[in-house]
Amino acid sequence: MHISISAEPIFHIGSFPFTNSMLAAWLVFGILSILAYFATKRMEQVPKGIQNIFEYIIEALFNLTNGIMKDRKLTKKIFPLIATFFIFILLNNWMGLIPGFGSIGFHETNAEGKNVLVPLLRAGTADLNTTIALAVVTVITVQILGITAIGIRKYAGKFINFSSPVNFFVGIIELVSEVSRIISYSFRLFGNVFAGEVLLAVMSTLVPYVIPLPFYIMEIFVGAVQALVFTMLSIVFMSMATVAHSESH
Amino acid sequence: MEKEAAQLIAAAIAIGLGAVGPGIGLGMIGKGALESIGRNPEASGKIQSNMILMAAFTEGIAIFALVIALILKFV
Repeated sequence: MHISISAEPIFHIGSFPFTNSMLAAWLVFGILSILAYFATKRMEQVPKGIQNIFEYIIEALFNLTNGIMKDRKLTKKIFPLIATFFIFILLNNWMGLIPGFGSIGFHETNAEGKNVLVPLLRAGTADLNTTIALAVVTVITVQILGITAIGIRKYAGKFINFSSPVNFFVGIIELVSEVSRIISYSFRLFGNVFAGEVLLAVMSTLVPYVIPLPFYIMEIFVGAVQALVFTMLSIVFMSMATVAHSESH
Repeated sequence: MEKEAAQLIAAAIAIGLGAVGPGIGLGMIGKGALESIGRNPEASGKIQSNMILMAAFTEGIAIFALVIALILKFV
């Protein structure tokens, strides 16, 4: 059994390696675009079929966001990003569970001279590059939202505060936690999805029949929960950044 | 002991011990949330979302242990 922590390149464009998780992420992107096109092609007052499904998803997500933000104007501002995060991560997590992901591929000799299977597709979120990109986007958005909502002076005052030694250290800790958020964010999603794939691979090797089934159901659940957690944490951090420090007490 | 064997044992210990604390924490979060839902079923929506949030933070510690284990195993 061969497990690779990083996504394997399937072909190169010039010197730029195109990895299998990138292919899966682009596939998700394509599927979402096609679905969105057909959902909004003929919009009706009373929704039917695919438009109905999309309206249901959007409404549920909007209520979730609004429930935490408690500010309809701000919710409308961040909602497109939040909804995209949720749908993209959810579809990526679930795509990795489709049989064929990680099992269909071609054989290649790696750097150590071993003959290994390079899968053609790998879940997009099972690649650290994808999750770090998502985390960086969230953290930068949080900073921008904080600055636009309460002003750059007040926002910077959260981190650099000379009013008392305690406040100074609290500010430093806040600054560190802001940066470490990228790490915890990206590794949470990556760790869960990757660990799920490894778990399924190990289980299928130990007992090929029946036993992997409950783990499969659990992985479907984990995929949904992780997408929800990622979006919920983004919403919470965004709503926290828009509140000035003195008001939050 | 060979270097590789030591690395494998270290990775196993890292994730094994690293999962103990968050496991206890997650159990306590679930217990608290379920108790409060039982007392006040109307607030279950609010409690649930906060519970998932706290669970995510607790789980983060296990994720850090996982990162260490993965680094030991693969890097």
